[in-house]
Amino acid sequence: MAFIEIEDLCFAYPSERDERRMALDHVNLSVEEGEFIAVLGTNGSGKSTLAKHLNAILLPTSGVCRVAGMDTRDGAHLWDVRQTVGMVFQNPDNQIIAAIVEDDVAFGPENLGVPSDEIRRCVNEALTAVGMTAFQGFAPHLLSGGQKQRVAIAGTLAMRTKCLVLDEPTAMLDPVGRKEVLDTVRRLHRESGITVIYITHFMEEAAAAQRVVVMEGGKVVEDGSPKEIFCRVDAMRKRGLDVPLAAEIAWRLRKQGIRLPEDIVTDEELAVALCR
Amino acid sequence: MPIELKGVTYTYMKGTPFERTALNDVSLTIADGSLTAIAGHTGSGKSTLVQHLNGILHPTKGEALVDGVSLDGKGKENLLARRKVGMVFQYPEQQLFEETVAADIAFGPKNLELPEEEINRRVRSAMDFVQLDYETYKDVSPFRLSGGQMRRVAIAGVLALEPSYLVLDEPTAGLDPRAREELLRRIAELHRKKKLTIIFVSHNMEDIARMAERVVFMHDGRILVDAPPSEAFFAEAEMREAGLAAPPTVALLSRLRAAGLPVEADAFTADEAVKRIAKALQKKKGTLC
Repeated sequence: MAFIEIEDLCFAYPSERDERRMALDHVNLSVEEGEFIAVLGTNGSGKSTLAKHLNAILLPTSGVCRVAGMDTRDGAHLWDVRQTVGMVFQNPDNQIIAAIVEDDVAFGPENLGVPSDEIRRCVNEALTAVGMTAFQGFAPHLLSGGQKQRVAIAGTLAMRTKCLVLDEPTAMLDPVGRKEVLDTVRRLHRESGITVIYITHFMEEAAAAQRVVVMEGGKVVEDGSPKEIFCRVDAMRKRGLDVPLAAEIAWRLRKQGIRLPEDIVTDEELAVALCR
Repeated sequence: MPIELKGVTYTYMKGTPFERTALNDVSLTIADGSLTAIAGHTGSGKSTLVQHLNGILHPTKGEALVDGVSLDGKGKENLLARRKVGMVFQYPEQQLFEETVAADIAFGPKNLELPEEEINRRVRSAMDFVQLDYETYKDVSPFRLSGGQMRRVAIAGVLALEPSYLVLDEPTAGLDPRAREELLRRIAELHRKKKLTIIFVSHNMEDIARMAERVVFMHDGRILVDAPPSEAFFAEAEMREAGLAAPPTVALLSRLRAAGLPVEADAFTADEAVKRIAKALQKKKGTLC
C-alpha cells in the first residue's frame, strides 16, 4: 500500500455543487514514502484543493484519500493525519502565530500534549534541521521571508511529520529566500527521507523533484519524471504552463536543426551538451 | 513632469526601542513616460520607498514631489498630487470587497464624486483594458473568479481612477505562467499606448529584465544601483550585496560561457538567448574547439 492513496477523488466547493465545476474531478494518485513530487497547474486547476485533502482540511465529496492507511474522513484519525502531513502555505505571515520563533515552532507539539523536555528537544531538532537555531529567540516579524518559511517548516518538523506539503512556498519571496527554502526542502528530503509534495509556478523548482504531476481542470493530466514532462514544450504551453529555461532553449535550438538530446532540463545539462 | 524624491529618509517607530531607518537619504527622479523596476531583498526598503510615491508615508526628512507639488500637506493641491499616482499593492485581490465586479471597480471613481455616466465610462474602459468583457463579468461576484482574473479586477479598480503614474508592488507574484504573461503584456501596453509612467517592484528578475527601461536595486535603505538592465544585471558585486540574482537567461548564458562556449550573456528573453547561442555555435565551428 502506498503512503498516500487517492482514489477517484471528487470535490466540489459548497457553493458550486454542479457537475460541471468540480474543483477535483476523479483524481487518482499514489505517493510512495520518501518521494519528492512537484505539482504544477494553472491557477484554478485544483492543486491547492488537492493539497488541502492531504491533511484533512478538506474532505472528499466522493472518493477516498488515505494517508498512511488512514482514511481522512475518519474523525478518529484526524489528529494522526494532521501530524503525519504538515502544510506550509504561500504567505508566511499568515501561519506564524507566536511572538518568538521557538514558541512558534513549539506550538504544534504543545497542542499534542507532549511533555515539556520532549518539546524542547523537538524544537531544537526542528530548528537545527532548517538551519534557524541562531534565531530561536527572535521575533518572527524581524525575519526575512525565506527565514519565516523555514520557521514554518520547522513548525511541522517539530510535530515529527512524515510528509511536507508546500503550497507555493516561494511565491512571495526574493531570489535568495526562494533558494533558501528550496535548498532546505531538498536537504530534508535527502537527509531525513521526508516525503515532499511541492506546489509551484516556478518550473526551475519543479525540475528539482523526482516526479512531476500536472493538473488541469481538476484532473491529473500528466505524471512523470521532470525530463519526461519538460521535453514536451508544446504540450506544456498549451496548458498555460512553462518549462525551465534550459529546456525551452534546447527545444528551440533543436527546431533550428542543432542536434541536442531531448531530455535537457537544467542549465548544467545544456552546458554539457553544447560544449561537448 | 516627474515624480521626485529629494533626500528622503524614513524612520519607523521613531523614539521607541524599535526605531529603524528604512530609507536613508534617497533621491530619485522618475521621468514622465518611463518604466522603472525596483528590486531588493525583503527589508531592503523598496516597499517603504514606493509608499512615498503617493503619500501613504511621508518622509521623516526630505520631500516627495509629484509634478513639483509636495505630497505632504492637507491642501487641495497636495491631495490632487497624491491622486495622480495610482497604487496597486501586493496581492491586490485581497482588497476586493464589493458584490459585483463592476461595483468594485466603480468604488474609487465614486469616491471621487464623479457623475454616474463618467463612472460607467471609466469602469467599462478599465475592464476593457484588462480584458474582462463588460457584459460577461459586470454582475459576477469578484470572489467567483480565478486568481488571475481577480488580480485584473483589482488593477482595473486603480486604472478607473485614471492616474498619470502607476505603481505596482509585485504585480505577478503567485500567478501562473500564462496569467503572468498576459498581465505583463497589459502593463507594457499601458505604458506604450496610454503613455502611463510605470514603476513596479518585483522579485522576478526575468520580468524586470524584459520590461524595464531602468532598474533600481535597493539595499539597506539606499539605492545601490540605478542603471538600464543591460548594465544593472552585470553589476555582479552589487547584485550579490543586494541579495539578488541575475535573470535566468543571463545565468544560463554565463554558465555556457564558463563551460567554454564563446557566447555573449546580455540576453533578456529566450528568443535573444537562442540567437546568441546559435551565433556562438557558428563561431565555434569556425575555430574548431
